Amino acid sequence: MPETLATQTVELLTFKLSDQEYSLDIMSVREIRGWTKATPLPHAPSFMRGVINLRGTVLPVMDLAERLGLPPKEHSDRHVIIVVKHEDTMTGLLVDAVSDIIALEESDLQPPPDSVGQNHPTVIKSLTLIDNRMIRVLDLPNVISIVQSDAA
Amino acid sequence: MAPTDPMAEIRASFFVECEELLEAMQDGLQLMDDGEDDSETIHIVFRAVHSIKGGAGAFGLEALVRFAHKYETVLDGVRSGRLNVDSELLKLFFRASDHLSDLVRACRDDTDIPTAQGEHLAGELDACIAAEPSLAEPEPEIDFNPVGLKLDFDFGPDLSEETTSEGVKTYLITFTPDNEMYENGNDAYPVLHALSELGDCKVTCNTSKLPSFDQLVPETSYLSWSIELSTAVDEAEINSTFEFVEGLCSFSVTDSDGETPEPVSIPSLEPLPPLDKAPTAPPEPISASAQPAQKPEEQRAPVAAKSVVRVDLDRIERLVNLVGELVINQAMLAQSLLSAGLSPHSDAMNGLEEFQRLTRDIQDSVMMIRAQPVKSLFQRMSRIVRESSAAVGKNVRLHTDGETTEVDKTVIERLADPLTHMIRNAVDHGLESTADRVAAGKPEEGVVRLSAAHRSGRVIIEVADDGAGIDRARVFKIACEKGLVAADAALSDTEIDNLLFLPGFSTASTVSDLSGRGVGMDVVRTAIQALGGRISIASNEGSGTTFTISLPLTLAVLDGMVVEVAGETLVLPLNMVAETMTLTETSLETLQPGLNIVRVRDGFVPLFDLGHLLGYRDRKDTYVDSVALLISHEDGRAGALIVDEIQDQRQVVIKGLDDTYYRAPGIAAATILGDGQIALILDPSDIVAQASDLSRPAPAPMKMEA
Repeated sequence: MPETLATQTVELLTFKLSDQEYSLDIMSVREIRGWTKATPLPHAPSFMRGVINLRGTVLPVMDLAERLGLPPKEHSDRHVIIVVKHEDTMTGLLVDAVSDIIALEESDLQPPPDSVGQNHPTVIKSLTLIDNRMIRVLDLPNVISIVQSDAA
Repeated sequence: MAPTDPMAEIRASFFVECEELLEAMQDGLQLMDDGEDDSETIHIVFRAVHSIKGGAGAFGLEALVRFAHKYETVLDGVRSGRLNVDSELLKLFFRASDHLSDLVRACRDDTDIPTAQGEHLAGELDACIAAEPSLAEPEPEIDFNPVGLKLDFDFGPDLSEETTSEGVKTYLITFTPDNEMYENGNDAYPVLHALSELGDCKVTCNTSKLPSFDQLVPETSYLSWSIELSTAVDEAEINSTFEFVEGLCSFSVTDSDGETPEPVSIPSLEPLPPLDKAPTAPPEPISASAQPAQKPEEQRAPVAAKSVVRVDLDRIERLVNLVGELVINQAMLAQSLLSAGLSPHSDAMNGLEEFQRLTRDIQDSVMMIRAQPVKSLFQRMSRIVRESSAAVGKNVRLHTDGETTEVDKTVIERLADPLTHMIRNAVDHGLESTADRVAAGKPEEGVVRLSAAHRSGRVIIEVADDGAGIDRARVFKIACEKGLVAADAALSDTEIDNLLFLPGFSTASTVSDLSGRGVGMDVVRTAIQALGGRISIASNEGSGTTFTISLPLTLAVLDGMVVEVAGETLVLPLNMVAETMTLTETSLETLQPGLNIVRVRDGFVPLFDLGHLLGYRDRKDTYVDSVALLISHEDGRAGALIVDEIQDQRQVVIKGLDDTYYRAPGIAAATILGDGQIALILDPSDIVAQASDLSRPAPAPMKMEA
């Protein structure tokens, strides 16, 4: 993990969700691909879009906006799927658009204020400012793993 | 992944080898048991035990060495004709083999070594040794009595003089190993053996450098060989024999046919060693504990090598996945070429056809890599028979058939438990006691038959006994007592036989040590079904019971029925679909709002709307003219699933669904269709079971279906 490399640079992939800017550690991103129709899973939670064919692997796709409780948007070809890998599981995250890759010092990241933590307990790991825009850094394991308790 | 401990790797490969040796040993014993006790068979067994001992010595596995040594001594007695093989001795051998397997596994897994049984067996083996004084070994240190080593290696008749025909040349080869060669674990024998395979070969060992015993340094190489080889191959090929020991020995090859004594031209090869160099030692014994008397065998040891490559299962797994991919891609390509409106006779279409054929061949070949003969499984079963028959005091013989039948490795692994259970059942419940057998005019020895065969794309495994057959009256009585059937139910013979598969059924009036631990045939059936298989019984009063298991060849491909429901494509396992039908007004009945049934001949089957069950759409208003698939449940429950359209029947490649996040009910797996879309593979039993539980809180009593 890059964090272990002391105060070194962190690279983040930023993307848009309902006009808000989010980001993920680039090390967990495997690839980015265009939206393809997903095969829905019966009785799945609403944020589970279904499964898609990623070169022969069955990849579950999650609507990140819905997962984070943001207003859902109509899906079009302009949406993209960010394929992330956490431990051994691959997941597709459906987002509105990918914006940029930014490199930051570890010290540029600050934890979210406590009050923010009430709504989304630990989904957002830290915050940072780029050109006066606030970017939220997602805590990927929590984004993915909470799903299980939601679905159960 | 970098191997940190090379020793651990070598150790691991030793245990893999042990498994092979144990298998060879079992094979040999089985052959002897079948009456083929020629000398070669006992040699195989002996060599297997001996190799295990040798390897075990190298790894300091004391317990294993000690037992293997005893066993080997007795085997040696048989081999040299000093002991006669009778059935008692064979039984002892079998048990000793079982124990040896246990020891090997215990050493491998670092678990406790089963000492009590071992001591008992060791005692019996000791008794055999004691009974034949010539087998009693000399104490190595005190009574050192070396046996002359034969190091000239006779590799078949030496015909070189008479048969030097055209193209055949005679070469003179000298071969002097350096100390390093032995230190690196090489041996002179394989080299000489390889030479002997090139042509007629006369090997002479030069022992002149061998010092007297008190001056012998065991780690020094003293021996050299001169070989006269008549062969048609050229010198380069002869040189290549020495590839593995290049730089570790001195050798020279000269053409003895007079013309041009060829100088050694390979730079890394040294010329003949200077004579004053003090070389040569007998090949080192594998371990300090090896007895002098076994030395000749050390030389003859190489077990007939099967040319086998050991491959990590993960790699095969990857290959299987890639081929699955290829199949899918091929289908996609076919679809897009078709939609491009190409003429069926165009080059592209012809090429595609060829491509399809190749893909199919590749797919079959890859599946074959995973396939393994059921032999290893059957060998385990012969042990189960031995142990269980001893436990219940019956005299039982296992007869196996079709051991070479190949089945997917995963299937074999997952078949072991149910088969063990069935074999135990056959021995314990199937066969009568010896007294009963004699009274019935049958031979004392009961026979359990285990056979495997390929039949119409499936594997059929049968477990049969020649016992009394199923006592149907008793089975029925017990089923009534346990409340599994109504006392006044009129059941056919088959239906009664099938009662054995009901959960909680056990006929053994006394719970024996062996079977009847509350794990019944229902568990066996569940396990078989999990493999996509079926199990059935046939029983004849007085002459025995046969259980037949039918399994798919592989778990990676499924024969599926592709259907469409609410715009989604779904796949059902074809073996679950009993029949398809179009519903008519007359066959449809409504039991209560939301619960429809359909009349199928004389029975009624609940109707389930697949689109609604899966949450794709609301219930339809009417099901008249809908297509329904009749699903037959193995436990007798049935259901009819409404689909919109039946598209196709085809083989699909099964892709596992990652259920870390969410496990969809009724969905078994997924597959990728020709258009690259994912289709879900349904588990109809699960769907029917869930739907019935929803619509019928109190499940109707089970009714057996024939």
